[in-house]
Amino acid sequence: MSTREAMDFDVVVVGGGPAGLAAAIRLRQVAPDATVCLIEKGSEIGAHIVSGAVIEPRALEELLPDWRDLGSPLKTEVTGEEMYFLTESRGFKVPALEKVMPHIANHGNYVVSLGEVCRWLAEQAEALGVEIYPGFAASEVLIEQNRVVGVATGDMGVTREGEHGPNYAEGMELRGKYTLFAEGCRGSLTKQVMAHYDLRKGVDPQTYGLGIKEVWEIPAANHRPGLVLHSFGWPLDDHTYGGAWLYHFGENLVSYGFVTGLDYQNTWISPYDEMQRTKLHPVFKPHFEGGRRLIYGARALSEGGFQSIPRLTFPGGALIGDSAGFLNTPKIKGTHTAMKSGMLAAEAVADALKTEQVEPASFTSRVRGSWLYDELKTARNVRPAFSRWGTKLGALYSGFDAMVMRGKAPWTLRFRHADNETLTPASTSQPISYPKPDGKITFDKPSSVFLSNTNHEENQPVHLKLRNAALWKTVNWDVFRAPESRYCPAGVYEVGDEASDPRLVINAQNCVHCKTCDIKDPAQNIDWCTPEGGGGPNYPGGM
Amino acid sequence: MQGRPQDPASHRRQRVSGKKTMKILVPVKRVVDYNIKVRPKADGTGVETAGLKMSMNPFDEIAVEEALRLREKGAATEVVAVSIGVQQAQDTLRTAMAMGADRAILVLTEESPEPLAVAKILKAIVERETPDLLILGKQAIDDDMNATGQMLAGLLGWPQGTFASKVELADGRAEVAREVDGGTEVVSIALPAIVTADLRLNEPRYASLPNIMKAKKKPLETLQASDLGVDTTRRLTVVSVAEPPARKAGVKVGSVEELVEKLRNEAKVI
Ligand SMILES: Cc1cc2nc3c(=O)[nH]c(=O)nc-3n(C[C@H](O)[C@H](O)[C@H](O)COP(=O)(O)OP(=O)(O)OC[C@H]3O[C@@H](n4cnc5c(N)ncnc54)[C@H](O)[C@@H]3O)c2cc1C
Ligand code: SF4
Repeated sequence: MSTREAMDFDVVVVGGGPAGLAAAIRLRQVAPDATVCLIEKGSEIGAHIVSGAVIEPRALEELLPDWRDLGSPLKTEVTGEEMYFLTESRGFKVPALEKVMPHIANHGNYVVSLGEVCRWLAEQAEALGVEIYPGFAASEVLIEQNRVVGVATGDMGVTREGEHGPNYAEGMELRGKYTLFAEGCRGSLTKQVMAHYDLRKGVDPQTYGLGIKEVWEIPAANHRPGLVLHSFGWPLDDHTYGGAWLYHFGENLVSYGFVTGLDYQNTWISPYDEMQRTKLHPVFKPHFEGGRRLIYGARALSEGGFQSIPRLTFPGGALIGDSAGFLNTPKIKGTHTAMKSGMLAAEAVADALKTEQVEPASFTSRVRGSWLYDELKTARNVRPAFSRWGTKLGALYSGFDAMVMRGKAPWTLRFRHADNETLTPASTSQPISYPKPDGKITFDKPSSVFLSNTNHEENQPVHLKLRNAALWKTVNWDVFRAPESRYCPAGVYEVGDEASDPRLVINAQNCVHCKTCDIKDPAQNIDWCTPEGGGGPNYPGGM
Repeated sequence: MQGRPQDPASHRRQRVSGKKTMKILVPVKRVVDYNIKVRPKADGTGVETAGLKMSMNPFDEIAVEEALRLREKGAATEVVAVSIGVQQAQDTLRTAMAMGADRAILVLTEESPEPLAVAKILKAIVERETPDLLILGKQAIDDDMNATGQMLAGLLGWPQGTFASKVELADGRAEVAREVDGGTEVVSIALPAIVTADLRLNEPRYASLPNIMKAKKKPLETLQASDLGVDTTRRLTVVSVAEPPARKAGVKVGSVEELVEKLRNEAKVI
């Protein structure tokens, strides 16, 4: 058995995003004596957070009613909103947005840097007595007698060959009566817990999107704080879900990004290049002129919503936030739902602590009784309509669903495929030619990754593991021509010796932890594992 | 180091040789993390630091590590970390204690002061703490001054071994291997003394999670710079801070012939 050091807590929270932090805060509010420990794989809280981010303050209002007096970073209120359907050269503004697309109306919402919000939430949590340890990745779920009893952090100082290096430091067990998994979309431990307890039985496959983001600083004269812009249509084909966002906030900052639905079919699609070229569209280009790009990052998001939410609890813990898939896709918002799910789980755990239940099962009924459930249920048919009927008919359906059915349609559209099953072979996919970066508004991948401040200790085992190395050649290369070299937003995957003897090169040091390869690899052959804690991007304030 | 002016620590020379304690003081600076790409502020008055991850100066991690190794070898008995700066510098001190420093002192100032002010504050701390050895980083990666250790040696009138790649203590002296151009210079200096750490001195350990937890309980004393009677007014004026000129993109050459051709006709260097 293990000789690792161990520490006991009432509750261990894995992940310091909005879900984990809200859960930790709520726990100390309702069970002030409970010991709560939260770990985060980023070098600091917020270092790995990527979000749009227009946020609904609803959950925050319930969590910290006096948030306005606590120096919160929610400063830019939404002041104007526009949605465009794009063709290659034109943009058509959707009229009467609040009626046609009520789910996306943003009145009363704030444009923020979610990383900054998380840092601030962490301060609130620490003030309430939560112990927060950034720089440590949970790399192992501890299960004893079929109950989750905590997690272990990874060993540090292991060499690439897997041996103990000179500054080797053994991982530590964080044992909790309850463990909350708040790893965000496609959590690496969540994946294992779901498999162990078969939590996805009877629910639709989860479907995802990849969001790639840039933060710009633009001339004050062009800055319109609180302006919120979205687009759909061009440059994606009708079978690909996605679109761009552009938000003005803070001190002359612009959050710009592009989400590509990971159920895309054409293997030649490069989400990175879609994001870059959309900046040149006349609807967007004027916003960037005279500005400078400050930050770059990427992260997958769960888009399945209601139909794809797994069983939420298991003996010894629960899944919260985007780990469970609580994102409202048509709204493109998951922060308020992540926080609300964390708060409800905390209340369930506080109850379970009192009565010493093995499973905090009341979490599920609490979700059912809350606005969170109603909200996701109302939104449930929008995203699958796009998968089924494409962008134009999907948009029409969503207008119908909102205006006529008011989200109360008596049917539920199902997701039929997991995202790794949708790619068409290279031979039958339409090649796409993307414009070359101009170095002013559009950029290449290496200069982008540079702005994510990403680093991993070089001498450590590769954290992107191929389950079966031989499959790469026969599936990824022969059939799909290495889609990972296009969807990975950090240029981690490259094909070496393409002409003579193609082989996969993995530049693991560049990985920004978006999790796309774990999701989209056609044979599910890539396993994203946690690297040494503290590695990965170091997104600064503003992201 | 002959004919040194009044040595403020000369009264302690005796204790150093015949004693059982051996205290090492390690100044640690909070700087923008080395992974972060910084940019000038829009108005060119300095570097934008708001919202950036801050960490211990990497050379100071090496300094802490060296002090810990000396203690672990039995050559030292106590390691004290000190930082001068804003309240958040206590995180840097907690890291030093998680690595293994026994206790820490935070000297609060409004912002990060210049090396001379830091050296004067450190001198005041030395007078309170009477350490036998100070190990500093050779330079801090934010301002790259490479000055604090040398200034402090001057103010104290202590001998110094800068750019250290090896440190041994014996018989009240430190033998320091220094990284100089083209090789290594070994100096032997009498304690108390100043050493500044170079990159190759050692590979610092991780602050492990159990040790971070334990470090929360180690003593951290907070002082005000003004209480030490040191004037921290800035003497240096920053004229402007600008981004380095962008490098031109490189080209890939297909053969040696092409390389030679390009060097001759395009770069015109051969
Ligand atoms: C591109 C994009 C745009 C978005 N736009 C919006 C928007 O405008 N408005 C909105 O409300 N929502 C938006 N969302 C959704 C929102 O950001 C997420 O729903 C929300 O962040 C989910 O919170 P979470 O706490 O569940 O997960 P996350 O925010 O992903 O946080 C999870 C944290 O856990 C850490 N972690 C993961 N695994 C481990 C481990 N094993 N050990 C230790 N730590 C670990 C991660 O590093 C991370 O810090 C967007 C998302 C994306 C990707
Ligand atoms: S390697 Fe995978 S997780 Fe890392 S950046 Fe690329 S796609 Fe994302």
